[in-house]
Amino acid sequence: MGDRPADIRIRDFEEVDTGLSPGEAIAEAERCIQCKKPLCVTGCPVCIDIPAFIHKVAEGDFRGAARALKEQNMLPAICGRVCPQETQCEGACVLGIKATPIRIGALERFVADWERQDGVELPKTARPTGKRVAVVGSGPAGLTAAADLARAGHTVTIFESLHEAGGVLTYGIPAFRLPEDVVRAEIDQVLDLGVRLKKNHLVGRSVSVDELLGYDAVFLATGAGLPAFMGIPGENYNGVYSANEFLTRVNLMHADAFPEFDTPVLHGGRVAVIGGGNVAMDAARVARRMGAKVFLVYRRREEDMPARKAEVLHAKEEGIEFLTCTNPTRILGEGGCVFGLECVEMSLCDLDASGRPSPEPIPGSEFTLDVDMVIQAIGTGPNPLLVSLIPGLERARRGNVIVDENGRTSIPHVYAGGDIATGAATVIEAMGSAKRAAAAINEMLSEE
Amino acid sequence: MKRLYKVELATKLADRVYEYWISAPQVAQHARAGQFLILRLHEKGERIPLTISAVRGDAVRVIFMTVGKTTQELATLRAGDSIMDVAGPLGKPSEIASYGTCCVVGGGVGIASMPLIVEELKAAGNHVIGIIGARSADLLILEDELRGICDEVYITTDDGSKGVHGFAADVLKELLGERAIDRVWIIGPAIMMKVTSGVTAPYGVKTYVSLNPIMVDGTGMCGSCRVTVGGETKFACVDGPEFDAHQVDFAELMQRQRIYTGQEKVSLERFAEHQCRCGEGGDHHG
Ligand SMILES: Cc1cc2nc3c(=O)[nH]c(=O)nc-3n(C[C@H](O)[C@H](O)[C@H](O)COP(=O)(O)OP(=O)(O)OC[C@H]3O[C@@H](n4cnc5c(N)ncnc54)[C@H](O)[C@@H]3O)c2cc1C
Ligand SMILES: Cc1cc2nc3c(=O)[nH]c(=O)nc-3n(C[C@H](O)[C@H](O)[C@H](O)COP(=O)(O)OP(=O)(O)OC[C@H]3O[C@@H](n4cnc5c(N)ncnc54)[C@H](O)[C@@H]3O)c2cc1C
Ligand code: SF4
Ligand code: SF4
Ligand code: FES
Repeated sequence: MGDRPADIRIRDFEEVDTGLSPGEAIAEAERCIQCKKPLCVTGCPVCIDIPAFIHKVAEGDFRGAARALKEQNMLPAICGRVCPQETQCEGACVLGIKATPIRIGALERFVADWERQDGVELPKTARPTGKRVAVVGSGPAGLTAAADLARAGHTVTIFESLHEAGGVLTYGIPAFRLPEDVVRAEIDQVLDLGVRLKKNHLVGRSVSVDELLGYDAVFLATGAGLPAFMGIPGENYNGVYSANEFLTRVNLMHADAFPEFDTPVLHGGRVAVIGGGNVAMDAARVARRMGAKVFLVYRRREEDMPARKAEVLHAKEEGIEFLTCTNPTRILGEGGCVFGLECVEMSLCDLDASGRPSPEPIPGSEFTLDVDMVIQAIGTGPNPLLVSLIPGLERARRGNVIVDENGRTSIPHVYAGGDIATGAATVIEAMGSAKRAAAAINEMLSEE
Repeated sequence: MKRLYKVELATKLADRVYEYWISAPQVAQHARAGQFLILRLHEKGERIPLTISAVRGDAVRVIFMTVGKTTQELATLRAGDSIMDVAGPLGKPSEIASYGTCCVVGGGVGIASMPLIVEELKAAGNHVIGIIGARSADLLILEDELRGICDEVYITTDDGSKGVHGFAADVLKELLGERAIDRVWIIGPAIMMKVTSGVTAPYGVKTYVSLNPIMVDGTGMCGSCRVTVGGETKFACVDGPEFDAHQVDFAELMQRQRIYTGQEKVSLERFAEHQCRCGEGGDHHG
């Protein structure tokens, strides 16, 4: 098993990585030396007992492995697929010092997929406490906090503004990396713990701030939903998308299956995607699957790209052309339609605050890329809608909610976690912050 | 498939114009003038925005014109049928205050937005003048309702079949010449809003228009609805939909409304064909 060949997979939205077979999983698990002080666990923000679950896999006890995973993580099939393992658990695995680290993510996914096939077992929930908790947003942070709080016996309601739960897992990450049925199944497991989900409820509009603050505790997990635009001329031409819009049309609304589904999306012949993160890779690979020749335009070097390594590799295999050290300066269009992207080459100068070389334009290196569609994937900011409506909620200059290490905000019974607190980060960091906040909420509610 | 939002009443108001009352408590309980909702008919449906035209108990009223697939499909629903998703209220409420004399202008199906704005302006103590315009008399909607809530109502038709022969802009211009008007709202097709707000500019009267760009989520997440206002990019679903008319780049708005013209045609033709095959092409409304 492993990755499907690039020339086949670019014709569909089926999963690229087909996962491990039971034999492969056991063999991989047997490589783990079961460290007494497992470094891998220090690299996992939700503190999965990695050696314990791997030990069960090695023994062929997949049910036991699933139980061990679910102790800390209600979304293992998702995390196994999308965590940036190279900088998390696998990056810390002791075997990685001399050879290849254990493929912890692949094993986690294997166990979760096995459990989904064989029958899901839910963790126990405590006796009802009678406390009501509101969770705003059903992305990985909201789902994780809701699961932990429901297990502690609280009555949890998740409010979600869209018609589907999952946040970025549903509208952002494409099916060939994270299939829809995998996301739905893990969300259903959270709901089966007794969590109520109210879709089509935009808190701040469909639910007033007063109603929200009337809950015994509130967890804000509204994500980093606000797409950034570069601010270059031509951005509002008809062929220019934010990655959020392009991916939402395809992933959430199924515009790739238009006219079977009613939502349209433009099909570019030659598409430029601007950015170097996971979002850019996803947008590029979706455009590729819709038949386009795709250029990925990034202002630094390939090694500076913040995307998961696997995604960069997969994008290249699929024929995405990388234009690195290149910065777009203008989108050219006529009659509202795009016909080109003006770019300038960049030289890499001193290291900037993030420790990466800061790019500077090279005079006279301007050139025009012949494209009919441009997708901007240059980042997102916190969605200000709700958080700006809550009086007394302190926010940082960039708009994210200020929290302490336990997710406490400036309002006593209001907590926040995930991208709305940290700025755009990762699924697993969002989940880690949600777990800490859920523990703090639990403590607060049990003291009352 | 669980469908949650029930159609309570479905009436045809004019050629291609329908009035629907939909039960959506979370929308009805919080709706204010100037806001809209987004609905999705079924699993394969598109999310489309419609203005909240009135509220009664747990139900909201929308008034729409059939222009493409989704609005045509919506018009086939009857009382008792349900809609899969209704989200809202969305957008910022209108800037209601005590201004003095206000003029609220509606063009075509844009008249649907007027009642809530007029009611809130009246409640804030304003003298409210309504101007309603349509292509011809049979397309005029909500006349009686607006006569009941406005202090004065003027009617215009493009073909002269009722009221003043001409455009709402003509009446507005006359009024501006005659007396002091403190605030103006204009809701209608983009071209009508552009032309009509041009009339108020020389008088320096603050004028709001309700913009209708193509939307997806309606919560500020996708940027599909971006419009240029005063040289800045704004997201109509969260920064609007009402904006200062004299700052709006209408040409860009109209350009962006046409992004999917080709695909919309395909979708509509496919739907029409399907309706014929199923023998449901007829009109169920009285
Ligand atoms: C295209 C893309 C690819 C990515 N790939 C990866 C990856 O491979 N690996 C990885 O680790 N990370 C990845 N990320 C980042 C990761 O998805 C995010 O860090 C993570 O989803 C943040 O989780 P969250 O729960 O804070 O917010 P989100 O997932 O953004 O969810 C927030 C939810 O809150 C809802 N909401 C917002 N406001 C309101 C309101 N007022 N009322 C009700 N509901 C509201 C939103 O509709 C949304 O559903 C990717 C992000 C994108 C966009
Ligand atoms: C804030 C707002 C309030 C609105 N209120 C009303 C109303 O009260 N009554 C009414 O009749 N219409 C209203 N509209 C317009 C209405 O949303 C469109 O007519 C409808 O989406 C058309 O869908 P369709 O499938 O029938 O037609 P299509 O064939 O898909 O499109 C016809 C035209 O409608 C516009 N449109 C298409 N899809 C969307 C979309 N997702 N979002 C916005 N516009 C779109 C485009 O300009 C397009 O050219 C409003 C639009 C906005 C943004
Ligand atoms: S949840 Fe993510 S970081 Fe933690 S062990 Fe699994 S793959 Fe690694
Ligand atoms: S660090 Fe590596 S080898 Fe050690 S327990 Fe963790 S996964 Fe196994
Ligand atoms: S409709 Fe998506 S941001 Fe406004």
